[in-house]
Amino acid sequence: MNNIYMPSPYKILDIQQVTNIEWLFKVEFDRADEINYGQFIQISIPKVGEAPISVTEFNAEEGWIEFLIRKVGKVTDVLFDLKAGDTLFLRGPYGNGFPFDEKYKDKHLVIVAGGSGCGPVRSMINAVHKKFKSVKKMELILGFKDTNCIIFKDEITSWQEENNLVLTVDKMCEGDSCDLGVNEGLVTQHVDKLDLSNIDDLEVVIVGPPMMMKFAAIEFEKHGVPEDKIWLSFERKMSCAVGKCGHCKIDETYVCLEGPVFNYTKGKKLLD
Amino acid sequence: MKISMSKMNFNESLKKLEEKYKIYAPKLFPYAGRFSDTDLVRYAEVSTIEEMVFDKKSDFSPKEILLPQSETMFYFTEKEYKEPDVEEKGTLVFLKSCDLHSVKRFDEIYLKNKFSDIYYSQRRDKIKFVIVGCKTGFDSCFCVSMGTNIPEDYHMGINIREDEVELEILDEGLKANFQGQDKEFEIDKVAMNKIELNVPEEINLEDVINLDLWREYDKRCVACGKCNFVCPTCTCTTTQDIFYSENENTGERRRVWASCHVDGFTDMAGGHEFRKKHGDRMRFKTMHKIGDFKKRFGYHMCTGCGRCDDACPEYISFSNCIKKLTAVLGGEDE
Ligand SMILES: Cc1cc2nc3c(=O)[nH]c(=O)nc-3n(C[C@H](O)[C@H](O)[C@H](O)COP(=O)(O)OP(=O)(O)OC[C@H]3O[C@@H](n4cnc5c(N)ncnc54)[C@H](O)[C@@H]3O)c2cc1C
Ligand code: SF4
Ligand code: SF4
Ligand code: FES
Repeated sequence: MNNIYMPSPYKILDIQQVTNIEWLFKVEFDRADEINYGQFIQISIPKVGEAPISVTEFNAEEGWIEFLIRKVGKVTDVLFDLKAGDTLFLRGPYGNGFPFDEKYKDKHLVIVAGGSGCGPVRSMINAVHKKFKSVKKMELILGFKDTNCIIFKDEITSWQEENNLVLTVDKMCEGDSCDLGVNEGLVTQHVDKLDLSNIDDLEVVIVGPPMMMKFAAIEFEKHGVPEDKIWLSFERKMSCAVGKCGHCKIDETYVCLEGPVFNYTKGKKLLD
Repeated sequence: MKISMSKMNFNESLKKLEEKYKIYAPKLFPYAGRFSDTDLVRYAEVSTIEEMVFDKKSDFSPKEILLPQSETMFYFTEKEYKEPDVEEKGTLVFLKSCDLHSVKRFDEIYLKNKFSDIYYSQRRDKIKFVIVGCKTGFDSCFCVSMGTNIPEDYHMGINIREDEVELEILDEGLKANFQGQDKEFEIDKVAMNKIELNVPEEINLEDVINLDLWREYDKRCVACGKCNFVCPTCTCTTTQDIFYSENENTGERRRVWASCHVDGFTDMAGGHEFRKKHGDRMRFKTMHKIGDFKKRFGYHMCTGCGRCDDACPEYISFSNCIKKLTAVLGGEDE
């Protein structure tokens, strides 16, 4: 019987500083063909601990995976001391990601992401943008605290070329200049900029802090989008990632097993 | 096979079994109890039937045999993860019906629930269960209401009498170890408890999440987690890594019992915490025991052992909480 907690060693290929507190780690990974958009991996550092981190990008042919990691505590602190060539231990992928083939294929896909919520949706946006996956149309609203917090600027520029993309910051800083065409205001204030003319064709993905997801979902409901066309990605404290430790449970649902991605019909009932 | 034998002969048989099995039963630890001058009964290795304590409720359940309070998952050497060696001997556990029912709940989570846990399953495979007949239960028990008074899936059952032991041996492997006179008897079962509950079959979270009754526990519950630690069906854990002070390059990953009542259970990076109020933690535990576990697995998690009531330093009674909830939801209790 295999040990579900046993991680395997992988080499860090590259580390890029994205913002002051968020770094992008590119890591060798031989099981990228098993990954679905929105799934997560347990990053394990011996003698320190483990942390669940979303897969932000992956490439099965070239055998790598990327994580966007925010420095907040024990495990993530150690990660920020590592360099290319060092070894990381990984187990996963875990959880249910976005049901692209079942639900979003050839639909009008709207993705609303706030801050580091861009991490879990980035691989799906790139797959659509690079035409690995087909949709009728993709529109994006990406929200950040301020212009210094904007991540993946190069990719945003290229996504903008072919898709309606609303980039917004909560607050413009003094002397701010950004050539990406930044708006001001919360993501919910820009829903009107989307083409919501054919709701039957629509699927809406919302990923970000809990309050942002809650109010964005309500905003789409106000615009007549049915609950079952809205998708959220939850974050909960996790220890085991395999349905044993109980930390992530809400009602009868284990976020590590049935989530982190939930349809809003289910997500709105996950009360805490 | 049903037989009876003298306690002396029973002890002889245990002695022989000790070559192949570690034998666990509730044992008395004098003056180690909850209050000064009280005793503690907990599971430990025993060699004789006289050491086994079944006329008092064990303060802790046998879950520590299946899921130790702290266990090593990996040893870390310079750059490697190594699993600990597995115990060679089998395990024989003497326990009551309610506690054997709790093992079924553990199996549900640690063997099923999408993934199987190797540490648990290795121990589980080696265990044989001996049911000890129980006639009356104790003041805080409500096994009958939870349907755990009738033993299921045991390897051997015994009634401990004044001067003899009655044995019902179902496990082929154990039969050869015990010789006695044939005897017709039934394993004792509790027919009625002092506490009778009418637990609702289905409770929906949205119907109870905003009830006032949880607010009573905001102050009363001090979030010590004792109720979780003594509970035979609380299965939650947290992993902890440590390094050894003599050589910082080596260390281990452990998993330890965790409690949904204690601070930190849901803390996330950034300081966000769910269920800050202690009453909401009481609600979370209650729903797991008699609501959402059933929604997921088909039967209630709580076995009605009453240990949480016995352990609570604030005298919070879980069976009382169930009664109040039932009353509010329009059941027949209270
Ligand atoms: C499905 C899922 C996907 C995720 N994806 C990502 C991702 O893509 N990228 C990412 O960066 N994170 C992600 N996270 C969050 C990430 O798992 C946590 O940030 C991580 O577990 C933190 O681990 P740690 O050991 O570094 O922190 P810990 O040491 O465990 O610290 C976290 C705890 O300590 C507290 N804490 C930490 N530092 C401080 C401090 N300085 N002051 C006060 N309190 C503090 C926090 O409040 C928190 O309670 C994800 C989580 C989930 C569940
Ligand atoms: S909740 Fe209380 S009564 Fe129920 S199994 Fe746990 S300790 Fe026993
Ligand atoms: S034992 Fe009592 S006080 Fe302690 S956490 Fe449980 S209910 Fe709260
Ligand atoms: S993280 Fe352990 S049960 Fe989900």
